[in-house]
Amino acid sequence: MYLCILSLPLLGFLGASGFGRFLGGRGAGVFTTSLLLITFVFSCICFYEVGICGSPCTLKVSPWFLSEYWDPTWGLLFDPLTGVMCVVVTSVSTLVHLYSTSYMGEDPHLPRFMSYLSLFTFFMLILITGDNFLQMFVGWEGVGLASYLLINFWFTRLQANKSAIKAMLMNRVGDFGLALGIFTIYILFQSVNFETVFACAPHLSEEKIIFFGFELHAYTLIGLLLFVGATGKSAQIGLHTWLPDAMEGPTPVSALIHAATMVTAGVFLIARCSPLYEYAPDALGFIAFAGGMTAFFAATTGLVQNDLKRVIAYSTCSQLGYMVFACGLSHYDLGVFHLANHAFFKALLFLGAGSVIHAMAGEQDMRKLGGLAQVLPFTYGMMMLGTLALVGFPFLSGFYSKDALLEVSCAHYTLSGDFTYFLGCAAAFCTSYYSFRLVSLSFLGEPKGPRKTYEGAHEAPLPMAIPLIILGVGSLFSGYLGKDLFVGLGTPFWGNSISGMASHTTSLEAEYISQTMKHLPFVLTVIGGSLGLGINSPAFSPNAYKMKLTSLGRSLYIFLNRRWLFDKVYNDWIGRPSLSFGYNVSFKTIDKGVLEIIGPFGITESIRNLVKHTQQIQSGFIYHYAFVMLLGLTFLLTILSLETLIQYWVDPRLWTLFGVGFLGLLPSEELK
Amino acid sequence: MSLIHSLHVSFVVFLLGLVGIYLNRKNIILVLMSIELMLLGINLNLLSFSVYLDDLLGQIFALFILTVAAAESAIGLAILVIYYRLRRTIDIEFIRLMKG
Repeated sequence: MYLCILSLPLLGFLGASGFGRFLGGRGAGVFTTSLLLITFVFSCICFYEVGICGSPCTLKVSPWFLSEYWDPTWGLLFDPLTGVMCVVVTSVSTLVHLYSTSYMGEDPHLPRFMSYLSLFTFFMLILITGDNFLQMFVGWEGVGLASYLLINFWFTRLQANKSAIKAMLMNRVGDFGLALGIFTIYILFQSVNFETVFACAPHLSEEKIIFFGFELHAYTLIGLLLFVGATGKSAQIGLHTWLPDAMEGPTPVSALIHAATMVTAGVFLIARCSPLYEYAPDALGFIAFAGGMTAFFAATTGLVQNDLKRVIAYSTCSQLGYMVFACGLSHYDLGVFHLANHAFFKALLFLGAGSVIHAMAGEQDMRKLGGLAQVLPFTYGMMMLGTLALVGFPFLSGFYSKDALLEVSCAHYTLSGDFTYFLGCAAAFCTSYYSFRLVSLSFLGEPKGPRKTYEGAHEAPLPMAIPLIILGVGSLFSGYLGKDLFVGLGTPFWGNSISGMASHTTSLEAEYISQTMKHLPFVLTVIGGSLGLGINSPAFSPNAYKMKLTSLGRSLYIFLNRRWLFDKVYNDWIGRPSLSFGYNVSFKTIDKGVLEIIGPFGITESIRNLVKHTQQIQSGFIYHYAFVMLLGLTFLLTILSLETLIQYWVDPRLWTLFGVGFLGLLPSEELK
Repeated sequence: MSLIHSLHVSFVVFLLGLVGIYLNRKNIILVLMSIELMLLGINLNLLSFSVYLDDLLGQIFALFILTVAAAESAIGLAILVIYYRLRRTIDIEFIRLMKG
């Protein structure tokens, strides 16, 4: 059964890609969806056995390499962390599969799409079930590959191609860091198996390692390098630019990438490596800062985005910041809990947005929507549910994880704790604003689109509605149901899959922080939500427009709408210089320049010159010939008569070489 | 007349022939004459040594060289005549057919 969790999505991929021609679009959809459904059922059983019953399980599949101490194997590890991730990944993936059969129903390449979705799920499962770093890396790269294929699904679109390349490259920067981290782990522990590494973790916590000539604390170095990997995958600040561009793929892909699978891998990595991170407080501090900044940055950027999907994408980025700073404050359980809740409501939001886009003939610009609450009441209800869960409305799923996150960060009496608390509160305010702005612009107010699309608008068909309903139920209840299990005080659920040092944990203190601090996020959320509804309402929007026209408002709007100009800075200072370096220096100067001159081109050219010079000696004039003959004779006679003298002086072979070499110095006919 | 004197004369004659070959830019007949001059110098040299060493071999060589010189100048002049017939000139400046 545990092996089936991995093999059924693989079977779905192979079946849909190999026999998609015979199955047809509908057949491939039913085939992969039903396989994923079975996987989901197995995952639930796995969650019950491993998590709730507390019996983790490992399976050794086969050896991979065997070389002295180097012994990574193909093995599966099912512990509570993996169990949670399995349920999250397979549930959202199943719903996305089901949704896609209808959303992409008219697409001629549906079998390919379904096979890619299954491939994505398979690699994600490889990532979370691997029992060593190397196997996790396989999943890590595989997920990147699958995201490339999916973002690029409509490969005839230029923008989709560019976004997919961007996603792949930005991820690859992170993957490089992850690979370096794994190398460092191997150097330190002589192993990449989780059990060995984590069992040895307390004993090697004082080790130093030399990196680029600096002697660094080994765990801090490992932690930071692994975090570079997590930064790429989880779109933390610095390597986040690919995530909003990944919106070029079909909407179910965005739901899969942003809600459940790809971006959660970074958080999963940090949670998985918690035994190492616990001994690297510096790395944890850095992670907390990075997460806090990401949450704030993405939330502010989301404020003024006009694309329906882009708003939700920045919301993902911001929520990932929350998860990451929770991990950075040693609350890995909270991070994973928020991850699970976020998977439900973010998938709901994306699929709801997909439903809107589907109904409105592909219109994604919120400025051209509006008044959809009457036209699409069901989608409106679902989106509203997702929005309320996202902003952390009390008793919905977001409330139980997000407010808990902010509380523990407030109770964390460190600089990073305060930093993340206040930035997190600011981000919560912005989250609330842009979520309700989205609702206000697309569902309330007056219709702003063309009449034709409103006439053609229709409610989502059943295969699209069912996932929305299930995810809606998930967003409603997952927080309440999971709270005590995942983050309850003293819960035995996690076993030793996540280790938090007693001195780092502040869940108890979080219960006793002042009421002001406890209520601040909620108050900010309510204010932000009212502002979001108010400013964007038809009654106020002319004023909002005027605000944008003031010089401060204008520059602020441009700054936020251009995503803090991150992309411009990257393009101008990294992308273009790198490209010009590649063309001017490494291609033109080195490859086609220096190497060609001392290489093939230069040698042929100098021999050709030499030959030309030698030819010029034969001028055709008799007296020249006579002169050369005389000269040669004299030279020969001199050499012969002075042979004994010269012998000691120099090697005759050298003379010959010199003579030939000097011929090359004569100016050639062409150069004149 | 000692050996040194006669060697001087022969050396100077040879050198004049040599210089005549490559300083001459005008007439190819002059080149032939210079070659004759060089052969003459060599002959003189051989003869002086033959007398000085009291050895007949030098004079035999001198005779051979006379013959060779005569034959060579005959053939050379013949080539020159044929060349003149073809090109209507024996000016060295214009003999550049063998440019490399």
